[in-house]
Amino acid sequence: MIDPNILSRHNLTPEEYDLIVRLVGREPNLTELGIFSAMWSEHCSYKSSKIHLKKLPTGGKNVVQGPGENAGIIDIGDGRVVVFKIESHNHPSFIEPFQGAATGVGGILRDIFTMGARPIALMDSLRFGPLENPRNRSIMDGVVAGISAYGNAIGVPTVGGEVYFGEVYSLNPLVNVFCLGLADKDKIFYARTEDAGNAVLYVGAKTGRDGIHGASMASQEFGEDTETKRPNVQVGDPFKEKLLLEACLEVMDRHLIVGIQDMGAAGLTCSTTEMPAKSGRGVEIDLGLVPQREAGMTPDEIMLSESQERMLIACKPERVEEVQAAFAKWDLDAVAIGRVTGDGRLRCRFHGEIVVDVPVSAVVDLCPMYKRPYEAPEAAPRPTETGRYPLPADWNGTLKRLLASSTIAEKEWIYRQYDHMVQTNTAHLPGAGAAVLRIKGSSKGLVMTLDGNGLYAHLDPRTGGMIAVAEACRNLACVGARPVGVTNCLNFGNPEKPEVMGQFKEVVEGISEACRTFEIPVTGGNVSFYNDTEGVSIYPTPVLGIVGLLDDMAKAVTPGFKAEGEAIILLGETRDELGGTEYLKVIHGREEGAPPGLDLERERAVQETCLEAVGLGLVRSAHDPSEGGLAVCAAECAFHGPGGIGFAIDLQGGHRPDVLLFAESQSRILVTSKQEDIAKVLDLAKERGVPAAVIGRTGGASLKFSLEGRTLIDLPAAEAKTIWMNAIPEYFKISGETENGR
Amino acid sequence: MKFGVVVFPGSNCDFDTVHALREVIGRPTEILWHKDHDLRGADCVVLPGGFSYGDYLRSGAIARFSPLMQEVREFAEKGGLVLGICNGFQVLLELGLLPGAMLRNKGLKFLCRFVTVRVENAGTRFTNAGRKGQVLRMPIAHFDGNYYADPAVLEDIERNGRIVFRYCDPDGRLTDEANVNGSLHAIAGLTNARGNVMGMMPHPERASEAILGSTDGRIVFESLLRAIAS
Amino acid sequence: MRVRILVSLKASVLDPQGQAVRNALHTLGYKAVEDVRQGKVFEVDLAGLSRDEAARLVPEIAHKVLANPIIETYAWEILEE
Repeated sequence: MIDPNILSRHNLTPEEYDLIVRLVGREPNLTELGIFSAMWSEHCSYKSSKIHLKKLPTGGKNVVQGPGENAGIIDIGDGRVVVFKIESHNHPSFIEPFQGAATGVGGILRDIFTMGARPIALMDSLRFGPLENPRNRSIMDGVVAGISAYGNAIGVPTVGGEVYFGEVYSLNPLVNVFCLGLADKDKIFYARTEDAGNAVLYVGAKTGRDGIHGASMASQEFGEDTETKRPNVQVGDPFKEKLLLEACLEVMDRHLIVGIQDMGAAGLTCSTTEMPAKSGRGVEIDLGLVPQREAGMTPDEIMLSESQERMLIACKPERVEEVQAAFAKWDLDAVAIGRVTGDGRLRCRFHGEIVVDVPVSAVVDLCPMYKRPYEAPEAAPRPTETGRYPLPADWNGTLKRLLASSTIAEKEWIYRQYDHMVQTNTAHLPGAGAAVLRIKGSSKGLVMTLDGNGLYAHLDPRTGGMIAVAEACRNLACVGARPVGVTNCLNFGNPEKPEVMGQFKEVVEGISEACRTFEIPVTGGNVSFYNDTEGVSIYPTPVLGIVGLLDDMAKAVTPGFKAEGEAIILLGETRDELGGTEYLKVIHGREEGAPPGLDLERERAVQETCLEAVGLGLVRSAHDPSEGGLAVCAAECAFHGPGGIGFAIDLQGGHRPDVLLFAESQSRILVTSKQEDIAKVLDLAKERGVPAAVIGRTGGASLKFSLEGRTLIDLPAAEAKTIWMNAIPEYFKISGETENGR
Repeated sequence: MKFGVVVFPGSNCDFDTVHALREVIGRPTEILWHKDHDLRGADCVVLPGGFSYGDYLRSGAIARFSPLMQEVREFAEKGGLVLGICNGFQVLLELGLLPGAMLRNKGLKFLCRFVTVRVENAGTRFTNAGRKGQVLRMPIAHFDGNYYADPAVLEDIERNGRIVFRYCDPDGRLTDEANVNGSLHAIAGLTNARGNVMGMMPHPERASEAILGSTDGRIVFESLLRAIAS
Repeated sequence: MRVRILVSLKASVLDPQGQAVRNALHTLGYKAVEDVRQGKVFEVDLAGLSRDEAARLVPEIAHKVLANPIIETYAWEILEE
């Protein structure tokens, strides 16, 4: 008998249960209830978010596949497509950082190659608590090691990403993993069974008890008993996945199968319902035939296991042997566990008895959608009155402190643990701006970036959402690429709290508005709710993954200064806005104020100016001021240049010096040009109504900022670079004895 | 002149190496499946980088038992040219075709970055297109590249010019800092006594095209072309 | 029969992982910890072997596969008959 206790353990409401009884036509047994519980969880059903996600623009002439499949697909010409998606693995990574992050990588890779694409790039967006706290260091160490272990072994380069630090992520770190794959347009596969009579094959690792109820776990808040949830954690096996990847791509390349889906959240349940549902069919399987790692597993354990590195395949019955032979080549079993039926039901047998018999459409399509109550966030706080913050006495020291702040400091300690060069496509190394990959056999390049600032979104959700899109596109514009598609990972607290739902609605609307302005389709993504621990919600953290296309790799621009004596030009203007800046946070200890404003038309004009200047070969380097403002931006350009070329920038008044140096005003790009090209760049800006001015020149061995001729900052470039380089490694120093061990 | 690149389960630089040999160096290159017993007439066998068999036991420890390795061993014993890159180097050590073993990097982390190595011996079949003392810029990407051998072995390989590359700073100096993984004698690559088998930790296939940031790795492949031609 | 095989680095070979663990323990205040050597443990189930046969087989697989004799040494014991 199903009682309220059982329902609550399954995370289902009494109303949902009544609906299940009506849809099934009787009381479900516990296995069936487990199936509904998993598939109707927030994680799988998007029941709280769908109503808002509908607002995102998803169409466009190059969109081959929008949301609703394992990943989105965009046509990039020459008969090729890119397949990409971002997904969160926040909860598992908090419980077990190494395995949580590793299986996050494994999961997103499967989402990509299950569609017929070879994964060619990974990126990660990470959020941790401050590194002063040893527990946060150990979480970060584990997450980075987990990403490294999985990505490196399987041979997909981790080419970029972003990392932010903030107290609000101490109990709720975020691990968002992005993957992009490349496929031939005529070899795309979907999660379909197609016709009745087709065989259903199980391939990959054996099923164990790991990860049972993972989907429901990701749909709950964490409490003090989180420790006891540990047995849920899945363990990744990148070697097995590498074999699976090669074998799957081989059977797809030879057109031996008709459909395929990975077993991620909700495992076998998800694949055996979604695949037939999309083809209007049913599936009948024998659970006794499912390869099992542990003895004595029950039907619901088999159906809900989240063991990694598994796939479900549908193929014509006459192809079964060929498929099995292809998997055997890679030392993998492909086991026929059932067949496709015409009656639209999922029927599972176990030792001769029918243990599951439910309509697949009920499980997949009929989960109730919620319009959760939302509270509009408080009106964005008034622009910060800069007068309230005392001006720093020591400008050199202020810049040094910012360069040493974990969010701004160089992330080499992280990315050098990732193989970022395997597959030999990485044209721009990580650490500076967007990732740039060449496409073998083509002059085109792929540019991709992840962006999102949770503090901005916390202070003003709508603007935060818009800025995430604008900044990501701006990063592409700095390289010279136009965006072609978007995937997003929306990390929020408990959606049952009206204020969280209000943030969500605003962020999605902000993203939507910005995407419409830039005319880029959102082809999919992921929503991660319930990022609350002990009642504290994270900042709303939208992470945007934007992919761009570069027509001519040879024209790609990098952020580093190129030579001495070149002009430094600021496109756009600095405004009196310090709210939400890294400067306020690090120097004044405040996370407050309105985030920088964003005028989408101005943003577009600035980006167009940059794109055109890059296209005409007028730009030697380009980088956009973000955290730490103009001062940090210019410093980074110097650090990424050869031999640390310094610069001298003279600022014009009108605002306080801290605003001029550290404001994070949007719609700005710092470019350098040869002296003879200055006028052309300024003309391009003028045509588009973009304020632009030469503010300095490259050269010398110092980072110099002056205000109308009066020196503010004069710091040896080498010293500044050392501070920026060493800040993060300092936290992870192992004792001198082993470091210089020999 | 034909290359053969061995594919083990878990190899992941196999395609990169094939790309460099076919498209950049422009030579026919066979893909050699680890379960076969056929080198397909290759003049030089390359064991590529990756995580053969997941490297779960020790790097390269299981791959040495692959069926094809019997042929590779015989080929090497007859004087055939064998190049092991990264995991391929580790396999050659496990196989005993090269002396020594790999320990975990001194920093205890996986390390992916460009390094500079100095050509110690330009007389080998793997470096004859370079010159002694030349500094090459190539990437490394490994967890276990900290070369170890007992003192007698080290003395032998030092005395006989078998050390091909050493980690150095960009000016060619040997420093503790430049020896990024802590290898004994800063060894980044070495040959067997006969000089027909070489293992190296840096990835020449990742440094063969300007768009990837360096073309220094081509020296290794071009040297092999010369060696076979003569 | 179940045997346990312990593989560790030879005493003459530097063990940076063991040292890192020792240093971490020192940092945590466990000053009595003098040295740490890190290794691997294998538990192997053997079917139909006598003790004598196991005593021949186990060193063989340990020497040939599980340990790299250049840097590692091993020890073994019978856990269950």
